[in-house]
Amino acid sequence: MTGFLMLAFLFLVAGVVAVPIATRLGLGSVLGYLIAGIVISPLLSGLGVDVISIQHFAEFGVVMMLFLVGLELEPKLLWAMRAKLLGLGGLQVLLTTLAVMGAAMALGQSWTIALAIGLVLALSSTAIVLQTLNEKGLMKSDGGQSSFAVLLFQDIAVIPILALIPLLALPDLTSTAAEHAAGSDHGTSFSLVDGLNGWQTALVTIAAIAAVGLGGAYLTRPVFRFIATARLRELFTATALMFVVGIALLMSMVGLSPALGTFLAGVVLANSEYRHELESDIDPFRGLLLGLFFMTVGASINFALLFENFGTILGLTVGLIAIKAAVLLILARVFKLADGDRWLFGLGMAQAGEFGFVLLSFVVANHVLPTAIADRLLLVVALSMMLTPALFIFYERVILPRYDREQEQEAGEIEANGQVIIAGHGRFGGIINRMLLSAGYQTTVLDFSAAQMDMLRSYGVRAFFGDATRPDLLHAAGIAEAKVLVIAIDDKDQATALARYVRDTYPHVHTVARAHDRIHVYALYAAGCRDIIRETFDSSVRAGRSVYEAMGMHPFEAEQLVRAFTDDDRATLVELAPLFDPDIPHHENAPFRERSKALMAERQAQLVARGEAFRIRTNRDWSPPTAKDVAAEEKSS
Amino acid sequence: MARVIHYHAHPGQKFSNTNRAMMRAASQVEGITRVDLYAEYPRYNVNTDREQARLLDHDVIVFQFPLYWYSSPSLVKEWIDLVLEHGFAYGAGGNKLAGKTLMLAITTAGPQDAYAPQGYQRHTLRTFLTPFEQTARLCKMQFAAPYVQYSALKTDAADHAAGFARLLQGLRDDRLDMRRALTAEVITHDTLPFVDEV
Repeated sequence: MTGFLMLAFLFLVAGVVAVPIATRLGLGSVLGYLIAGIVISPLLSGLGVDVISIQHFAEFGVVMMLFLVGLELEPKLLWAMRAKLLGLGGLQVLLTTLAVMGAAMALGQSWTIALAIGLVLALSSTAIVLQTLNEKGLMKSDGGQSSFAVLLFQDIAVIPILALIPLLALPDLTSTAAEHAAGSDHGTSFSLVDGLNGWQTALVTIAAIAAVGLGGAYLTRPVFRFIATARLRELFTATALMFVVGIALLMSMVGLSPALGTFLAGVVLANSEYRHELESDIDPFRGLLLGLFFMTVGASINFALLFENFGTILGLTVGLIAIKAAVLLILARVFKLADGDRWLFGLGMAQAGEFGFVLLSFVVANHVLPTAIADRLLLVVALSMMLTPALFIFYERVILPRYDREQEQEAGEIEANGQVIIAGHGRFGGIINRMLLSAGYQTTVLDFSAAQMDMLRSYGVRAFFGDATRPDLLHAAGIAEAKVLVIAIDDKDQATALARYVRDTYPHVHTVARAHDRIHVYALYAAGCRDIIRETFDSSVRAGRSVYEAMGMHPFEAEQLVRAFTDDDRATLVELAPLFDPDIPHHENAPFRERSKALMAERQAQLVARGEAFRIRTNRDWSPPTAKDVAAEEKSS
Repeated sequence: MARVIHYHAHPGQKFSNTNRAMMRAASQVEGITRVDLYAEYPRYNVNTDREQARLLDHDVIVFQFPLYWYSSPSLVKEWIDLVLEHGFAYGAGGNKLAGKTLMLAITTAGPQDAYAPQGYQRHTLRTFLTPFEQTARLCKMQFAAPYVQYSALKTDAADHAAGFARLLQGLRDDRLDMRRALTAEVITHDTLPFVDEV
């Protein structure tokens, strides 16, 4: 137990210390984690920790990441990407494999070994690239989308590669390693396809994929609705984890990539109202596991071996990056990417990836590569991953400034169709949503009522289930890109807390808040909100105007009086709001109380003096000159 | 330096070409105050105190609007009704605007030759603008000749808009020949009466 806690503590401390420093220095979190891993690697080896097995565990972060990526990608979009996916991705894997193979053969390797090396190194690092693209907000750019398409293809390509590698086995290595046997996989593993022949395997595999698709489409909704009745936040998290782990398990059991399976499940769920809920539940796990994964990459570097062959390994790494970047840049030109995006794509994807680790152990287990070469390649893969953040920084600092103008225009376009998020779709938020939709704006509705969801979705509203006061859910709903947030939830204190959070975290978002009453107006004002609407004020004022008219007042005079009343009411609110202190009950807040009393006395005095508090002011407009005025004027002219 | 306030009043800005181009050009002129009247008072609740304070703070008041039915869009009339109060703008003690300059910048759909006794509008443009001219006079203000674009729906707005910006700059820098500006019938972008630069 203490051993486990010790290990967890060690990793957490390393991450918590290194990552903020790295981000502060503009290096990005990935490099921070990698450095943290290097720093703790002597401690880990001192404790006798099996870093590789932790790495296998942490690879589950990649699975979760692909699930999240799938959630962001509606089936329509995936279909639209097919040309890039197959063309760009397929050519990248093919050309890079051939180029690396050629280089390896030039260095004196036999063709089987060279081909295996080519296949291992052709793949890029999904973890590093996607994490960095997301962090820098480049995921939606053309370069980001192309990178993603290629990564996705590589993920699919792993399966045929795994099938191909045993065919390359070297006869002399096979004989020496017979004792290794088949079960080189870690731990016990279950399989649904062991002992089945070809078409049976295919059938089971297709059935598994169909199960993921159908389950995602038809099973999640009832399950989540059932969970929602318990109203326990952690149950959602548990359910979301259950889905992801279950899918990954099923995929592994039929011999498919778990990352691919969860990606598919994510795509199926991309249209679901529970999408943002799932996203915000899984995201922290993804972040932690990926962080752990990067640290293990850093920690697994065999420094003794590295320093022994420093020149060779560094040369190989730089050579590998150069080859991969060259292939990518050529493809980017063929596929007509813009200049800035071309470099992002070329430099960002030039490393070898975590699949390289997996494939290397597989390759060794299948006696395709001698261990000595594999150990060196392991270093090359790790080193190329370590250099990736540096390439991203190079892209940001050197390449991007040259293409700044394009980027600015793009930002403007996004601004133009900025989004509105409506938190709470009840009697209040519902009307706002209808108004916005009827004016052609795009809205995202968050509500914590499953019944409400069904209704909204049936009308084609972009509605998502979840508690809008949760920062992670708000983030998943796109608050960072939103222009306006409407806070229309019932709970007063939660509304205030939400207003404060958004004001502090996303100051660019304009918040329109629904206030319960005057005191709530003051609380929202203190929270930094400046667009506050009392939920019943306008309707009450209209009702009051109806009474004026029913009493025989001329409708236009009634309207003037209503306006004067509204202005006056607003003026007192504006005057009192800065005096309000949310931490002191208002009757104990002396300045607030005094000013409030004085204002009331003022109104009272006017009422007594003239019988009507507001007519004095309204009568000023349109009033003809008095007889005295006219006389004075005649005298002067 | 004169303190210039530019009031812009157009209820259908989306569908305007000339007035929008004028507004864009004017927005490049520094050191003047700009008010989009329909944006400030979309519900016609003109704030008399605020507007009077604005008038006190400026020497030259420019009202830009399209001619609607031989007059201004209705919010300008509302503004005049409420802001030019007795005792402030006219009448006993009403000399707060004395000596200031009022200038209109107007676009018309009809062509120039329509605004003549023999044209289909039967009167000159200045005849239709006499209520504004007399309003200025009653408030002891100078009424400069209006800056006009005829046939605004059919004419390219660029020259007129650029001329408007130069006009505002000229007013700001006291480079307008006021004698000519006060006596001209109308001013157009090619007849801007600047003081001859030496």
